[in-house]
Amino acid sequence: MANFSNSVDADGSARMARALREAFFAGLIALGMFALFVGLESGQNIRNELVLIPHPKTLTILILAVMAARFLMVAYVSPYLASQKVRNVTTGEMPTTSAARFFRLPAFIIALVLAVAMYVFASQAEQSLSPTGLAYFGMVRGLAVIYAIACFFFYFRVFVGDNFAKLAIVALVLYPPVIVYFFGFQGSLKWIDNFGIQILIYVMLAWGLNIVVGLAGLLDLGYVAFYAVGAYSYALLSSYFGLSFWVLLPLAGILAAFWGMILGFPVLRLRGDYLAIVTLAFGEIIRLVLINWTAVTKGTFGISGIAKATLFGIKFDATKTGFAALMGLPPSSAYYKIFLFYIILALALLTAFVTIRLRRMPIGRAWEALREDEIACRALGINTVTTKLTAFAIGAMFGGFAGSFFAVRQGFVSPESFVFLESAVILAIVVLGGMGSLTGIAIAAVVMVGGTEILRELSFLKVIFGPDFTPELYRMLLFGLAMVVVMVWKPRGFVGSREPTAFLNERKAVSGSFTKEGHG
Amino acid sequence: MEYFIQQLVNGLTLGSIYGLIAIGYTMVYGIIGMINFAHGDIFMLGGFAALIVYLLLTTFFVGIPAALALLLMLIVAMLVTALWNWRIERVAYRPLRGSFRLAPLITAIGMSIVLSNFIQVTQGPRNKPIPQLVSSVYEVFGISISLKQIIIVLVTAVLLTVFWYIVNKTALGRAQRATEQDRKMAALLGIDVDRTISITFVMGAALAAVAGTMYLMYYGVAVFTDGFVPGVKAFTAAVLGGIGSLPGAVLGGILIGLIESIWSAYFSIDYKDVATFSILAIVLIFKPSGILGRPEVEKV
Repeated sequence: MANFSNSVDADGSARMARALREAFFAGLIALGMFALFVGLESGQNIRNELVLIPHPKTLTILILAVMAARFLMVAYVSPYLASQKVRNVTTGEMPTTSAARFFRLPAFIIALVLAVAMYVFASQAEQSLSPTGLAYFGMVRGLAVIYAIACFFFYFRVFVGDNFAKLAIVALVLYPPVIVYFFGFQGSLKWIDNFGIQILIYVMLAWGLNIVVGLAGLLDLGYVAFYAVGAYSYALLSSYFGLSFWVLLPLAGILAAFWGMILGFPVLRLRGDYLAIVTLAFGEIIRLVLINWTAVTKGTFGISGIAKATLFGIKFDATKTGFAALMGLPPSSAYYKIFLFYIILALALLTAFVTIRLRRMPIGRAWEALREDEIACRALGINTVTTKLTAFAIGAMFGGFAGSFFAVRQGFVSPESFVFLESAVILAIVVLGGMGSLTGIAIAAVVMVGGTEILRELSFLKVIFGPDFTPELYRMLLFGLAMVVVMVWKPRGFVGSREPTAFLNERKAVSGSFTKEGHG
Repeated sequence: MEYFIQQLVNGLTLGSIYGLIAIGYTMVYGIIGMINFAHGDIFMLGGFAALIVYLLLTTFFVGIPAALALLLMLIVAMLVTALWNWRIERVAYRPLRGSFRLAPLITAIGMSIVLSNFIQVTQGPRNKPIPQLVSSVYEVFGISISLKQIIIVLVTAVLLTVFWYIVNKTALGRAQRATEQDRKMAALLGIDVDRTISITFVMGAALAAVAGTMYLMYYGVAVFTDGFVPGVKAFTAAVLGGIGSLPGAVLGGILIGLIESIWSAYFSIDYKDVATFSILAIVLIFKPSGILGRPEVEKV
């Protein structure tokens, strides 16, 4: 045993030396990578000529941060993780213990008390603290709330896991009244619109794309084209013919499905990444046509003044026959947003319901079979042409529904909203959620869209990094990084198993790592 | 007729730039069968590196000869961009090498978003115009050929020869081809597969940086969104020429450049990108192996 502890000491100093060396090299590489792009900025002077603006401080901080991270990683984190693994093996404990250690009950109580106390004394704090202090106050309060909520979910994880769908639906239906109760009608706008509706649109789009990518295994990088078709069919038909939202919603879906079939036909023979690239090309072609066909689409100016949706003919405006006047409520724009929230919630749930039902039907099973092995599918007599085309059409139809909802929510559509980046974001949500899992996709949408949306709220960062710091700028940068990090860390997504709907004798969870994709 | 030949010259120049980017796509696809979606943004990064080096040179060495400035821009851009792609491959693609096929494509899309937004955040979202570096224009039989067009075509020709030589005649190229054919067998025969793949990424990035510098010199402007459309066009070029084939990539690039300039000259400049994307779709649907590529055998 003495030998053992000796070798640990020798190990320790060797590890420190290695950590220092690696930190030094990491710093060198970071210097090479960032010296030009971060250390020097190509700004414009008054005469609009390019001039260099040096940022030595930012560059130094960045490089030191990289070195410190590398040092800690090599010196402490990776040995700790390795020792944890050994300990889990030797003691036979489940790896979940680290989560249990993180969510301890005393810490939960402290966080809860802290959060409640900070809410109670919020007004006093506002008077007595400086802006910097207030920013930190808000940050600590936010962290305490997040920790308490996370603990709550952790303690009831079995119950939550078993009844996730029901709980989520109840929570979403109750969401607008609760928000209105806490923030009032004006204060609720941001939470219902930016967080509620925005996230639900992405959930619906991702569930729609999930039919194509997750169930049928056809990689589609041009999904936003169908979203555009739906949005433009509503915008054009309502402004040229004055048709109402409820007539055009199904029509937009049908038109998008039709386009799904048209674009699906030529790509039937393709698979894997070639299919992805052709669908990308189609998506771009549709966008370019929308930009250039100015006679109909008004090009980059877009179509504005799109009619709002009505509730059985009742308009949501400030007139005498409007919703607020009829209900005897004070006029507010929040009613319309709440109404839209329930529409998109209903549409998203419809998508989920149809997906779940379709998976039990022969066509859904044919999709899953197609995803697993196309050649076996053909050998067993499944008509791959109709199977693929229905997947494209139904996926596109939900994209079209979401598109017409998007048009009615914005009141304005332009080709700017349908760039490739949107397709990439939707696909990222589907893949990060664990393809095929509706719950996982919903969680991924909340994390990715809500997470980037919440950056706008982090005003305390302004205090830490200076008043010029705009967190919104970093939104897409962090989104891209999250895509890479989550993919590398959990290649199978948040909910990482792919269960076949049909099974023989007993249900076996096919862990994704055993199956290959894109082949066969 | 002169107008037509003028368009051919313009198309050839543009096509050479696409060809240089396409080599990066084709080499990476050839060796690990992955569409490196971030390659277009690597090209953009190369352009920005050249831009900043140019600004450094004009600030601190006023009156530096254009040829020397261009050479320094090329070298620094190649080094920095290669370093970036080396780290990107290590961080985002290598951990997913044994994973399912979609995984590296997703991280590549993520990297493409990261790179373009990184440049937007650090360098600002505006267009960055620079004055003309090389301005001489020659009149030959009524066709005007600018010196920068000659430089672009020459550089492409030289680099294609060098890379063709590396891939076909050197030990490194043999290792690359072996890795491409059978990774496991190559590893058993003592080839460091990880290193070979890293070098492929480094080579692709260096070429993209050259293309980025040339693009900056040709158009005189850089902007953070520059990666996407040239990237897709270069990918189209790689597919058109036959993915996995180096001369095919340049041939495809030149064809795309010609089609684009002739389409813009005779039909409609608005729909020139539609033309390119349609070619991409048509080639993939009807002849996925491209002009010089080997047909893929369907294995069960």
